[in-house]
Amino acid sequence: MMLRAEWIKLRTVPGWLAGLVVAALLVVALGCLFASGTSMSCMAGNREVACPPPPTNAAGLGVDDKFAFTNQALDGNGSITAKVGALTSTITYPPPNHNQIVPGILPWSKAGLIVKNGTGPGADYAAVLLTGAHGVRMQSAFTHDQAAPGFASAKEAWLRLSRSGDNITGYVSADGTTWQKIDTVRLDGLPAAVRIGLFVTSPGGLTVDEKPQGGHAVAVRFTQSTAEFSQVSPASGWNDTLVGYGDYRTGWEQTHPPGHTESGGVITVSGSGDIAPLTDGVAVERILTGVFLGLLPLIVVAVLWGTAEFRHRMIATTLVAMPHPARVAGVKALVAWLASLIAGLVAVGVTLPVTTRILHANGVILLPVPWPTTVRVAVGTALLLSLAGVFAYGMGILLRRAVPAVVAVTALLVAPPILAVTSVLPPDLGAWLLRLTPAAAFAIQQSIPAYPQLSLPQTTFDGYYPLSPWAGLAVLALYAVAAVAAGTRRLRREAS
Amino acid sequence: MTATIEVDGLRKRFGPAIALDGMTFAVRPGHVTGFVGPNGAGKSTTLRMIVGLDRPDAGTATIGGRRYAQLTRPMRHAGALLDPHALHPARSGRNHLRWLAASQDLPVGRVDEVLALTGLADVGRRAAGGYSLGMRQRLGVAAALLGDPPVLLLDEPFNGLDPTGIVWMRGLLRDLAAEGRAVLVSSHLMSELQDVAGHVVVVGRGRVIVSAATDQLVGKYSSLETAYLSLTDGVGGIR
Repeated sequence: MMLRAEWIKLRTVPGWLAGLVVAALLVVALGCLFASGTSMSCMAGNREVACPPPPTNAAGLGVDDKFAFTNQALDGNGSITAKVGALTSTITYPPPNHNQIVPGILPWSKAGLIVKNGTGPGADYAAVLLTGAHGVRMQSAFTHDQAAPGFASAKEAWLRLSRSGDNITGYVSADGTTWQKIDTVRLDGLPAAVRIGLFVTSPGGLTVDEKPQGGHAVAVRFTQSTAEFSQVSPASGWNDTLVGYGDYRTGWEQTHPPGHTESGGVITVSGSGDIAPLTDGVAVERILTGVFLGLLPLIVVAVLWGTAEFRHRMIATTLVAMPHPARVAGVKALVAWLASLIAGLVAVGVTLPVTTRILHANGVILLPVPWPTTVRVAVGTALLLSLAGVFAYGMGILLRRAVPAVVAVTALLVAPPILAVTSVLPPDLGAWLLRLTPAAAFAIQQSIPAYPQLSLPQTTFDGYYPLSPWAGLAVLALYAVAAVAAGTRRLRREAS
Repeated sequence: MTATIEVDGLRKRFGPAIALDGMTFAVRPGHVTGFVGPNGAGKSTTLRMIVGLDRPDAGTATIGGRRYAQLTRPMRHAGALLDPHALHPARSGRNHLRWLAASQDLPVGRVDEVLALTGLADVGRRAAGGYSLGMRQRLGVAAALLGDPPVLLLDEPFNGLDPTGIVWMRGLLRDLAAEGRAVLVSSHLMSELQDVAGHVVVVGRGRVIVSAATDQLVGKYSSLETAYLSLTDGVGGIR
């Protein structure tokens, strides 16, 4: 009854309806603009080709999966042991002069033992490994990373990986006699026949230039890492597979080919690439950036939805019809939520398929993420808009004047991410704003989480929000509830 | 349900100003009760309290024995025209009535009935912001009549009406009373009231000065206007 009355109220002011439509259209239009202005091409050697889709892990996450794999078959249960050390890297043409190939240490170069379901990129695996500067770790599924306590700065170590059914356990030892378990991971549905072996990989050498005006420029260069494996068990039967390698070889690789050599019981493996989640590329939320603009008309409508009751003394008519101020405010908040949610769902529901088609035509491959993540980003964006509507309505009935309310909501919700991402604010301040203001909710759009085991910068400037997606959305929800509650309190005090 | 308005000992203080000082009267069904007094005498505050828009410091105001806020679908019990401008200017008159009808669980058909009854059928689909004061009064009356209530509260319903409108309003008030409703009408237009009101409540300084049958007052003072002027002499409402 009250809900229907307030719903009729909302949709019978033509300007409000138009505002909601414009909000949705802006999201769609900006998404299309972004999609049609984006294209992608890749080099295969010196040939330009359409970009191949990146490999994905079992969950559908896009991954880097390139490494030199000195491997053999393992049927059923078994284990592999080796002493790993002398992990060094070659970095091609680093700054300042970019004219030399130099040896160095890459913090996240990796050398170790791996069990993998075949040798195809993206196939399930578990590994114990030594890194350039982050000690000994056990990793799996491309995202799971567990440091070995006590080996945080190890430069060499004994490693062991053993399989028992679907369970893979990683061990580390300083001397090859006393073993310490790092972790056991479960690889569901792992077949009896798997590949097991030694691997070396080497992510691009990064330099991050902090710009004086804020933000940073990231440069990446080719690297290759080499490690020595001794006391290897099983001792023989090793063959090289270059997982994820194309036909192209850099100049360095032409004289220093990836793979293994063996001399005096020591197996030396060289390789480059990475075994890691893919975070660099066009993330799905990029096509929903129009939300920032679409929010503006939505905020105006939702604020007016609250303030119009007071500006035109409508509230007297409303309260004579429904003499329960708190319930009226609650129902109006619900209507604001529903209307904004519908606008949001329509906006996202149109933008995603349309832009996906345009991007596909332009050869753009979005960063693959598991489908629940895509659903979360899509539904979360609509929820963000819906909560923004409630927040704006709440500020409207709290302040009772449209202009201050619109300014306040925009300043709290829309401005912080724009200021933080464009580096107008110092990074720390920007990050705090994205924790404490309702703008934290934009975290719901972040499809790629931050991974500590990556060397790429992952600041707000790079699109990483300080709070987790749902925690961020909850911050906005709290603001919305608080604003509506405060506005309702004012209404109850003054109107009855 | 006894269709009466009972106002009993209402008191209200707005800061230092005493708006209501023991306001007490009753409105009986079947005739129009005029509610008159100088500006600031507390007429509007009393009307607002009857429909729960203001909270009294003391006293009660009830409709059919119940406080307004206790009524479910209150506009079916009492219709009020308090402020003809209390509407959204961009919403059409018809839509204004539609949401009100929905809030009282009334069918849309009732909206068109009251639009026809108040002579707004032709302009109902136009934005209410473009309505003249007279049209807004009619829309306010339409809203008050929406729930076909046994009790009506009309604050200055003659304001802004053209002569035709005044005649119409007089006839409407008479008809509503004749149907057995309790109709409380505040007005400054004594001549209008004298014709339609069977009973008059004269108030000043937040309390009732006289509550009597119109005939009685007219008999004593020759006209309602003279009665009003002598009764309210020296009790200007604004202090």
